Amino acid sequence: MPQIPTLTAVQLAEAIASGQTSALEATQAYLAAIEKLEPQIAAFNQVLADRAVQHAKNIDAKRQSHQHLPPLAGVPVAIKDNMCTSYGHTTCSSKMLANFRSPYTTTAVAKLEAAGAVVLGKTNLDEFAMGSSTENSAFAATHNPWDTDRVPGGSSGGSAAAVAARECAAALGSDTGGSIRQPAAMCGVVGLKPTYGRVSRYGLVAYGSSLDQIGPLARDVPDAALLTQVIAGHDARDSTSVPRPVPDYTAQLDEPIEGLRIGLPKEFYSEALDEQIDDAIHKAADAYKSAGAQIVEVTLPHSRIDTDEAGQLSSYAVACYYIVAMAEAASNLARYDGVHFGHRTDEPVGDIIELYSKTRSEGFGEEIKRRIMLGTFTLSSGYYDAYYNKALKVRRLIANDFTEAFKTCDVLLCPVAPTTAFKLGEKTDDPLTMYLADIYTISVNLAGVPSLSLPAALSKDNLPIGMQIVGPLFSESTLFRAGRMYEKVSNVARLTPALAAC
Amino acid sequence: MIDTKETVTPVIGLEIHVELATATKLFCRCRNRFGDPPNTNVCPICIGMPGVLPVMNRKAVEYSMKVALALGCQVAAFTKWDRKNYYYPDLPKNYQISQYDLPLSSNGYLEVPLADGSAKKVRILRAHLEEDAGKNVHDKPGFTGVDLNRVGVPLLEVVSEPDMNSVEEVMGYARAMQRLVRWLGASEANMQMGHMRFEPNINLHIARGGVTYKTPIVEVKNLNSFRALERTVEYEIARQYAQWEADPDGYSMGKLQKQNRGYDDATQQTVFQRAKEEAHDYRYFPEPDLHPVVVDDEWRDEVAATIGELPLARRARYMETYELSFKHADALTQDAPTGDLLDEAVKGGAEPKRCVNLLLGRAAALANERNCTIAQIGITAGGLAELTKMLSAGDVNATASGKILEKMIAADDSPRQIAQAQGLLVVRDAGQIEVWVDEAIAANPQAAQDARAGGKKQKRAFGFLMGQVMQKSKGAADPARVKQLLQQKLGP
Repeated sequence: MPQIPTLTAVQLAEAIASGQTSALEATQAYLAAIEKLEPQIAAFNQVLADRAVQHAKNIDAKRQSHQHLPPLAGVPVAIKDNMCTSYGHTTCSSKMLANFRSPYTTTAVAKLEAAGAVVLGKTNLDEFAMGSSTENSAFAATHNPWDTDRVPGGSSGGSAAAVAARECAAALGSDTGGSIRQPAAMCGVVGLKPTYGRVSRYGLVAYGSSLDQIGPLARDVPDAALLTQVIAGHDARDSTSVPRPVPDYTAQLDEPIEGLRIGLPKEFYSEALDEQIDDAIHKAADAYKSAGAQIVEVTLPHSRIDTDEAGQLSSYAVACYYIVAMAEAASNLARYDGVHFGHRTDEPVGDIIELYSKTRSEGFGEEIKRRIMLGTFTLSSGYYDAYYNKALKVRRLIANDFTEAFKTCDVLLCPVAPTTAFKLGEKTDDPLTMYLADIYTISVNLAGVPSLSLPAALSKDNLPIGMQIVGPLFSESTLFRAGRMYEKVSNVARLTPALAAC
Repeated sequence: MIDTKETVTPVIGLEIHVELATATKLFCRCRNRFGDPPNTNVCPICIGMPGVLPVMNRKAVEYSMKVALALGCQVAAFTKWDRKNYYYPDLPKNYQISQYDLPLSSNGYLEVPLADGSAKKVRILRAHLEEDAGKNVHDKPGFTGVDLNRVGVPLLEVVSEPDMNSVEEVMGYARAMQRLVRWLGASEANMQMGHMRFEPNINLHIARGGVTYKTPIVEVKNLNSFRALERTVEYEIARQYAQWEADPDGYSMGKLQKQNRGYDDATQQTVFQRAKEEAHDYRYFPEPDLHPVVVDDEWRDEVAATIGELPLARRARYMETYELSFKHADALTQDAPTGDLLDEAVKGGAEPKRCVNLLLGRAAALANERNCTIAQIGITAGGLAELTKMLSAGDVNATASGKILEKMIAADDSPRQIAQAQGLLVVRDAGQIEVWVDEAIAANPQAAQDARAGGKKQKRAFGFLMGQVMQKSKGAADPARVKQLLQQKLGP
């Protein structure tokens, strides 16, 4: 029996089901890993050790009485701290919700627990999921397990780092503009942004409601497929979740797709992309070609990246995204006002406006305030048509580009981030540059299509390079199979940073 | 010289907010009920906890469609939800889910009956659905409480065109709307429970010396009684006229902004709240958590089929078919079930006019005592038909019918069973009546003598003896038979 943290979720579930190990042993092994690694990684906002142990014991009792075990029985997982749980705190890494306890549990988390997963704790994020480095947390910055001087990406940086560092078997994150895929790429793990509506958002603290999706962060594609299988499906509590049967993502996973047509969007392979990443993805494309896939060039004109004379990048998609997401965010975050729950100022206030203003000034970090102000501005009377309405039109054009592209290919192979993990503090003074970390991921959210981020290679300086496989709406099965094809021909599945090696 | 041809025309539009009578709220499954202890009909969704999402209550949309169709509105095939953003403690999300540019319905009208028997057609601009806010409670000095029981209750906002030109028209419109939504079962429209709130906008068009002056439009917010509405419109007409008269060129629509005023119940006056330039920018945008609502023909027809006869049509039918007066027909068409009761009873063989007399007599008095509608006092159409038929056949008299009707509320017995048990059936048995007549004559020799004697005392004495006999029979003796027997015994 190998050491527990080296097992994937699928392997661990099998080992527990067959009695090779127990849910309690698995949980304790991960709690020990957390104890050992957290001082360097800071992936968790809160570790729920007692509850996890109790839950694990219940599962073991079930197994001992020969009851049917659900698919993730005893598998320890971590939950991004912007998903409400009726236990522990739900902080969104914000001072605003530092002491907040939710009265209910997120549908996706409840489904995961119903499938036997043991929740170890809640992971760090950029405050309210706004950011690309997990440095915008009100509590601590999370460190990349591959190089602790570097960021894990964001906003699901805590979940990605925890999976990479083997502090949990798998995790849930949320992706509004790349927040699962970009940290997955930077931490060398697999992450899926499901089709919008595939997974219930009920309980996910809203950032950009028309873009947000919950998805898995995992060691490899089969784990990601299994977690998606468990959390996907219609939820009567989320009108935007789609009443469409969930296919068996784990079936045929190991069978290569014959005649797979892979599109490379030419707009994404420009000078804006780090050369090593460009190279790694083209090598991955070559590997697919050797495995029988067909490589075609496609175009996503409205997702193109322009570089001006000063070298400054710009993109319709980024502009569109920041208008739509910030407008929704400004409205979604209006409820944090100190009246009903969350932080309330201790300062004396003269009236309700002052209560709002002081509470929100104190409770929100700089990035949140910036986005609320931008969102408020773009929706304001006289600016709506110029910004929000135009952004909706651009969004439609971006989505149409994907529909067009999928007429000539089955999936797209794209970069996830323009660079590998950057240094902590490197971009914190320059929000615009930070926003461009999402330049390859946000079109996918705007179009609503699914995308699987997985490691492509390791860079010369031993940092993970990610790539994403994007498919048409509800093509998760294809993405998993295509991702698995690459895992099988490459040596990057289950990459382990030195720090986490047992 | 003073131009004596000055005409003042008030121009008034009215927004009416109607709380719908759904069992649950608009976007969660909390109970929609007035009067429960504060913050008991709440859940994470309606109080806007982090992470929650709204799910539309289809019934609320159907009630809205029903009202819209009854108002002759076009029901949109595609309608959507929008967020209206503003901060207030009784609005926990700090945005209200409402409908902005694609309302559920538009372009209808309501016919308003006026005292002179004519009717005024008031056009409806739009009717849209939104969630109600909670209530700030100021019951402790220095504190404001927030009661969120009402938050998320479905609210239909019906916006009229500025088609009303008098207090009477405004009041007629408001009452007609109340009657209509009650009629349709879409709302209880109980003013005390805040089921209906009014927001009039008022200005004056004043023609003097060939020039038409328009005073600035005033919108008065949140009036929750008919009285407040009436006083507000009266006060604004007088106030605006006085203000205009003091400065005919200055106090005008072109020079002054539209303003919001509030009504002060204590002084029965309106007070300035804010000018339009200080108005909120609500930053409406499409609600991303809800799908647009697609209303296909099938759904619309299904709802339309539940509307049935509308109050004004029914009133006309009553005047025509049952030959009722306007007053009676109007009284019976305040709500649908009362008229239904009448129609059913008539179908069961009741003579319409006698039936109406029962309904608007004792039944109306009982309803008034109980503060409910006539239909709600709890009599059945079958019972009502039987009682009416008994009256027509002379089996009971009018006095007894009232008593029987009252007993019908409490008992399952038929009117005839009640009449029998209570001895209220008219007694036609000559033997029994003769016994009572003989007893009355024997007990009152003086009266008997006066009656026999004739002259000026005769009529009064005869009447007295009649009364004595009726009293002995507890009102049940057939008066014609009593009279006949008395005449025989006391006759010459």
